[in-house]
Amino acid sequence: MGHARARPAILPDAIILVWLHLRSQGIAATPNTEILMERKIRVLVAKPGLDGHDRGAKVIASAFRDAGFEVIYTGLHQTPEMIVSAAVQEDVDVVALSVLSGAHMTLFPRVLELLREAGADHMLLTGGGIIPEEDIEALAGLGVGRLFGPGTTTTEAVAYIREWSERQPQDLVG
Amino acid sequence: MSTTEKEAERNADGIAAEISRREAELHALRRELAEWYARYEATPKRDDLFTSISGHEVQPLYTPLDTQDLDYLASIGLPGEFPFTRGPYATMYRTRLWTMRQFAGFATAEETNERYKYLLAHGQTGLSVAFDFPTLMGYDSDHPRSLGEVGVCGVAISSLADMERLFEGIPLDEVSVSMTINGPAIILFCFYVAAAERQGVSADALRGTVQNDILKEYQAQHAWVYPPEPALRLIVDMFAWASEHAPKYNPISISGYHIREAGATAAQELAFTLKNGFEYVERGIARGLNVDEFAPRLSFFFDVHNDFFEEVAKFRAARRIWARRLEGEYGARDPESWRLRTHAQTAGVTLTAQQPQNNIVRVAYQALAAVLGGTQSLHTNSMDETLALPTEKSVRVALRTQQILAFETGVPNTIDPLAGSYYVERLTDELEAEAERIFDEIDELGGVVPGIERGWFQAEIAGSALRQQREIESGRRTIVGVNDFEEGSDKVEIDTLKIAPEVEQKQRQRMAELRAARDAEAVERSLSALRLAASGADNVVPYILDCARAYCTLYEIRAAMEDVFGSYKEPVFF
Amino acid sequence: MTRPEEPAGGVGPLDGALSALLDRFRSGQRMALARAISLVEGERPGFDAFLHAALVAGTRAARVGLTGPPGAGKSSLVAQVAAHYRRQDQDVGIVAVDPTSPFSGGALLGDRIRMNDLATDPGIFIRSMATRGSMGGLAAATREVMDLMDAFGLDRLIVETVGVGQTELEITGAADTVVVVLVPESGDSIQAMKAGLMEIADIFVVNKADRPGADRVAKEVTLALHLRAGEALRDVPAHHGVDLRRLAGGERGESGDDGGGPVVGEPMDQAVPEAPGWEIPVLKTVAQNGDGVPELIDAIASHKKYLDESGELEGRRRRRAGARVVDVVERELGRRVWGAAGASAILEDGVERIRRGEATPYSVASQVVDNLIRHGL
Repeated sequence: MGHARARPAILPDAIILVWLHLRSQGIAATPNTEILMERKIRVLVAKPGLDGHDRGAKVIASAFRDAGFEVIYTGLHQTPEMIVSAAVQEDVDVVALSVLSGAHMTLFPRVLELLREAGADHMLLTGGGIIPEEDIEALAGLGVGRLFGPGTTTTEAVAYIREWSERQPQDLVG
Repeated sequence: MSTTEKEAERNADGIAAEISRREAELHALRRELAEWYARYEATPKRDDLFTSISGHEVQPLYTPLDTQDLDYLASIGLPGEFPFTRGPYATMYRTRLWTMRQFAGFATAEETNERYKYLLAHGQTGLSVAFDFPTLMGYDSDHPRSLGEVGVCGVAISSLADMERLFEGIPLDEVSVSMTINGPAIILFCFYVAAAERQGVSADALRGTVQNDILKEYQAQHAWVYPPEPALRLIVDMFAWASEHAPKYNPISISGYHIREAGATAAQELAFTLKNGFEYVERGIARGLNVDEFAPRLSFFFDVHNDFFEEVAKFRAARRIWARRLEGEYGARDPESWRLRTHAQTAGVTLTAQQPQNNIVRVAYQALAAVLGGTQSLHTNSMDETLALPTEKSVRVALRTQQILAFETGVPNTIDPLAGSYYVERLTDELEAEAERIFDEIDELGGVVPGIERGWFQAEIAGSALRQQREIESGRRTIVGVNDFEEGSDKVEIDTLKIAPEVEQKQRQRMAELRAARDAEAVERSLSALRLAASGADNVVPYILDCARAYCTLYEIRAAMEDVFGSYKEPVFF
Repeated sequence: MTRPEEPAGGVGPLDGALSALLDRFRSGQRMALARAISLVEGERPGFDAFLHAALVAGTRAARVGLTGPPGAGKSSLVAQVAAHYRRQDQDVGIVAVDPTSPFSGGALLGDRIRMNDLATDPGIFIRSMATRGSMGGLAAATREVMDLMDAFGLDRLIVETVGVGQTELEITGAADTVVVVLVPESGDSIQAMKAGLMEIADIFVVNKADRPGADRVAKEVTLALHLRAGEALRDVPAHHGVDLRRLAGGERGESGDDGGGPVVGEPMDQAVPEAPGWEIPVLKTVAQNGDGVPELIDAIASHKKYLDESGELEGRRRRRAGARVVDVVERELGRRVWGAAGASAILEDGVERIRRGEATPYSVASQVVDNLIRHGL
């Protein structure tokens, strides 16, 4: 995906100044900082299954926002069907699931399958939770991305998604 | 002047002299302390700010100046006496050690039953049931939403039949059983009462606890079913029923554990939990119950985290605040109502997947804090719980940790041995003050339920969780094996327990058999009666008991009440 | 991006990938709608050509906007309204807008949590958008996104946005009917009036009406509407073009209330009764359980009818099209100003000089504009 251009830190204020100037000249311009913004990475953060432990999901959602991602948070108790439906409508780049209920070997494959059926197999399916090493390997074999265990830093997860995103073709529209 | 007057005058003189002597001492201390601080400031430190895990600033040194305003009898007192700062019972662990209660449950009722028998044989003194997630949410094992989760993180109990199997051969009038269930607690409680009936044990012989704390579910743990108002009505129904029919049973365990695990600080855990407790008390009083009828059966459940002294002080502050409020605000006259009794569990969230054996040490320190805090029962986590369900071996080590503490260290022999520590007393006071501040804040929101509906608790907890995560990631806080001392963190070398997928299949088949075998008409009749009772003002416990006896399933009963009560939706918290 | 040499009226041909996307879009694939929205929202190359191609067939869906303070229960209400339309077998598109963090440029979009009951309904399409630096309560591309949903064939469009200041005025440019949602908590109604919500509402809703204070807020709003109607006699017409001078004499107001408050959902009162124009109703709802939602649906339908019959809809849509052109021109102009070689440098250098007191924002702005003129528009 890549970053079109670096965004100077001072921009928003400065643009408003220019806008005020244009206003004073009678030109009704709308300030628009988008042009210098990087292409947004959109991530769906979902809590499938019946467990209510959303501490990790909330922390990672906040960390993704702080990294500049647009995070769609669907809340607790999501079925695979709900997750994929949201992922499609939101056209996210990444689907991140937090699974602590032990149902990962049911949930990840099912989400993957539904993403494929919906024509959304370009999306990265990743996540975290209490998932034993051999299950992580088995899921990777199916096409699931990296899965982060307890003790992973949010920085690692952000970096992983950035790197993945940069490897994707820019013109992915279809 | 009479003799007595002279005596009084002499006494007054004596007291005045004592006071001025003490003031002179404090004055001298102040002067010396200022000099000490000058030397302290001049010496390099390994950090510029020292805080507890909760972010509470900690001083380098505490002295009598920090406790000079403390009125010993009014604020600390003696164990078993108001305000219970030093412990709920007079003789504490000299009479009875804490109950060593390990939380367990997995797969099917039979397998868990076997584990219970094993634990009882190895010296455990109480049982604690962990249910699987479908059960916690009120879904049967054969419900579509249960897919992949049946028996995985606890035992699957979908009807009275499963409950009977769970306690097969375990006399329910002899063993105290604690059940961790909330949203559908009233249903599982009725399964339990009905299972005891089948053993010939009547409800008044039952000892144990059902968690049944729905407020913290909305705030932190999220296993809810109904909206707050009907959910609270169900809880008060249980208070009323239990105080009449099961007087030795605790119909609620007001829990800070999950609030803390979700990211709250020690002060937030303390304040939210107690405030929830006050809410239950107010609801009971509003129903017309006498506070002294039900308050003695309210029990608590706190987390024991890593910050040693903060945790000890938290238990002490909790007892003091509860006693003062129950006596002052709610007019309780029975000392049993003032006495805060609590279960404790070591903090699951502090366990690391890296170098899991280190967790044994963490758990041991936490267990020590819980005992120094004066807990009535304790669960010690197993070292492998961040990786999977604990194995038998790791559960045994966890239990042995408590036994070493009880029988080898000498710690239980003296009651509240940290009392009088300038630091611990000061910390206890500060936590109490912080809790009072948080109570005011909640009152300004309109109370606990409006706070929940606005997502205030959830946002507060999430904010604290994020702050702690940032501290760890920035390296401000060291977690051994995670962000420092990482050699040996790569490879996990312990066995973990896995639940076979056949469990789900087996449960499904059982449900099909149950549905085919039971009296369908009795099922319909009891569910209709329950619906009617739920829409009126009757206590629903007897109606749910009838449903249980007719082998209605968990989800059928849940759904019957949902028809009347509606369901709860998670508020947006951002 | 549009090039100056491209002829007006033809925004350029679609390249292969976009044309394939258009085919899938036209055949009703939801993934294609979702991707088209990203294309437009991100103003990725070719977005304008795609919009042009997708919209030539015209638009037809009824558009409702909901705005109001944070925590007013807008998402729950949107979910209820959408569920209602679904029962009438209409397909519904929902755009939920939330602010972008000014610090990180990221956003946490949580409105779907409230709409989980609709999550797997194939007749519902929900899209969350962040404002991405746009000044208004709406994201810059909100209207375009709604256009795409419209062209995709959805029957009803609902846009939901937080009212955070006077900038939610933009919602009138995106919706035919604007519903302002308030809650009983004290101060909301006063805030609403300050924030200009009064001027944009076609319908008022007091949500969470089962809480204490709902009647009071409804009364306050009704009273404020009266005052405004009174002022309007001496003043200009409101944005929706109803000539309030013709609506004089509405006195039923507060006296029409029996003190016990109306049944939930029924119009609390009408600001200006017995008039040929639109009477802004003040409704009460409880989104949590759906109370009052049928009445809200009716009010939306009545407003639509009024718009149709009075010719106001035509007028609004014409004004909206005009505003859209102005908007697109401004956006393009902005893009060129900041895309011109050296603009960022002038800006950064200018800010530094302003700091040193060697320049003013005005002189720097002039330089930026001059820079564009120098490089050719």
